[in-house]
Amino acid sequence: MPASQTTLDPHISGPLAGTSGGTSPRAGTAAAPGPATQKPTTRRRPVSKGALRLVSPAIVLVIWQLASEFGLISTQRLPPPTQVWSTAVSLVTTNSSAYGTLQGAMLVSLERVAAGFAVGAVTAVLLALAAGLSRFGETAVDPLMQMLRTLPLFGLIPVFIVWFGIGQTPKILLIAIGTAIPLYLNTFAGIRSVDAKLAELGQVLKLRRRELITQIVLPGALPQILVGLRQSLGVAWLALVVAEQVNANAGLGFMISQATQFLRNDVIIVALLVYCGLGLLTDALVRLLERRALRWRQSFVAQ
Amino acid sequence: MAPELRGPIALTTADVVSARSLSRSFDSTVILDRLDLDLAPGEFVALLGRSGSGKSTLLRAFAGLDREITGDLDVRGEVSIAFQEPRLVPWKRLWSNIGLGLRTPQPREVVATALAEVGLTDRANAWPLTLSGGEAQRASLARALVRDPSLLLLDEPFSSLDALTRITMHQLVLDLWERHRPAILLVTHDVDEALALADRVLVLDGGRISHQSQIDAPRPRDRTAQELTGLRTRLLAELGVNEEGTR
Repeated sequence: MPASQTTLDPHISGPLAGTSGGTSPRAGTAAAPGPATQKPTTRRRPVSKGALRLVSPAIVLVIWQLASEFGLISTQRLPPPTQVWSTAVSLVTTNSSAYGTLQGAMLVSLERVAAGFAVGAVTAVLLALAAGLSRFGETAVDPLMQMLRTLPLFGLIPVFIVWFGIGQTPKILLIAIGTAIPLYLNTFAGIRSVDAKLAELGQVLKLRRRELITQIVLPGALPQILVGLRQSLGVAWLALVVAEQVNANAGLGFMISQATQFLRNDVIIVALLVYCGLGLLTDALVRLLERRALRWRQSFVAQ
Repeated sequence: MAPELRGPIALTTADVVSARSLSRSFDSTVILDRLDLDLAPGEFVALLGRSGSGKSTLLRAFAGLDREITGDLDVRGEVSIAFQEPRLVPWKRLWSNIGLGLRTPQPREVVATALAEVGLTDRANAWPLTLSGGEAQRASLARALVRDPSLLLLDEPFSSLDALTRITMHQLVLDLWERHRPAILLVTHDVDEALALADRVLVLDGGRISHQSQIDAPRPRDRTAQELTGLRTRLLAELGVNEEGTR
């Protein structure tokens, strides 16, 4: 099958070759012109829209590569994309004594950020509910959170090392606090902005407190919660990077500090790109969640 | 039959609402001043009053939404309310809005019946923000009636609808009322609406029921009939407006 796919080029050399080549499993059969010419027309629009957004990054990559090849950029300081790519491949395929493997480091970092984010997000939503739903809760919780907000997050690192040593705890805690603050602030504001008339409706319909929270309050606050979620994911990745540079013995941050010692800028760039990729991935997840959770608003906008 | 004034309100134990000496003030402004009112089961009562006269305050008290009101208030059985704006929960599909907080044994069937009654069966899956004003208000009525209330409170539910939609809504409310027979208290500023729908019309002024008339004419009513035009003039006078619309 792979062999037939590489030889089918003459069949589909029309204008649609670019979008269909090799992706359609039926393209190699005798009936190739039929399905191969119909399929792409139906998905042409979404593909071209997404592809358009890739144009400017691609141009930057090309310029970067050419600048390296013509000697405008020192490859020692900034290795060209091709070298970054081959470094990435070797980091994935070989388990080096200095760096371990890229996927291993990624997994360790991902675990840290997931643990920190989960702890921070659950705490933030619970605190925001406590503060948002009662005056007592607000007086008890909000001043503390507002104070915590002004605390420089990374200034806590030395204190955390004194308190918790250099293991996982201080790293996860740092990510958790970084996550919790924007999420708390947005969730609290979101709860307070829920239409009072809907809360009154809940009273008329004799909703139980739990129903009021799950059916009215949280869904009403959701647009704002999602804004907070995106902010806190951003902070979570940032906190991860900083926490990992300090006294880590595994993970992407460890890989970067090792590479710094060996003057391997290509490794550093690979690690940074992985951070980027993971950040983009989580952002895309939130966007997906947003699209699903806020359908009721989109249907209105679409009209 | 000429509209007659009821005497002092008869106190029967079967009344859906009996209110005695209700008072409510906001800051130093007295809105309700020792108001007395009884509503009989199945009775359709319209409450007229100028804006700021306390109509909505009274209605909210009956709905249990005003905790600072003083006096004796006894409301028996299930109470439902349809607000001036439909107040559908925007993130719940229509059927889910109707069934919100419903605790009957077979909620799905009950909701389906209610949607059919207001002619919204084919919109059951719609998001509220996509409904027209009339559809939303019908949905609000369905949500109020699905609880099978003994008292249905209507807070100017037709005031934001266009004239044609309002006429069909009047008929719908009468149909639903005849089928379910709740007592209805309709707050309105529209004298013609009150005359078209109600068994009894009340005027709220100075914090009390300043006037009430019984209407025995069969429905649908001919608004040009002599007894209705006479009552109309009378009610407008009670509201401080003469026929030409000047105060």
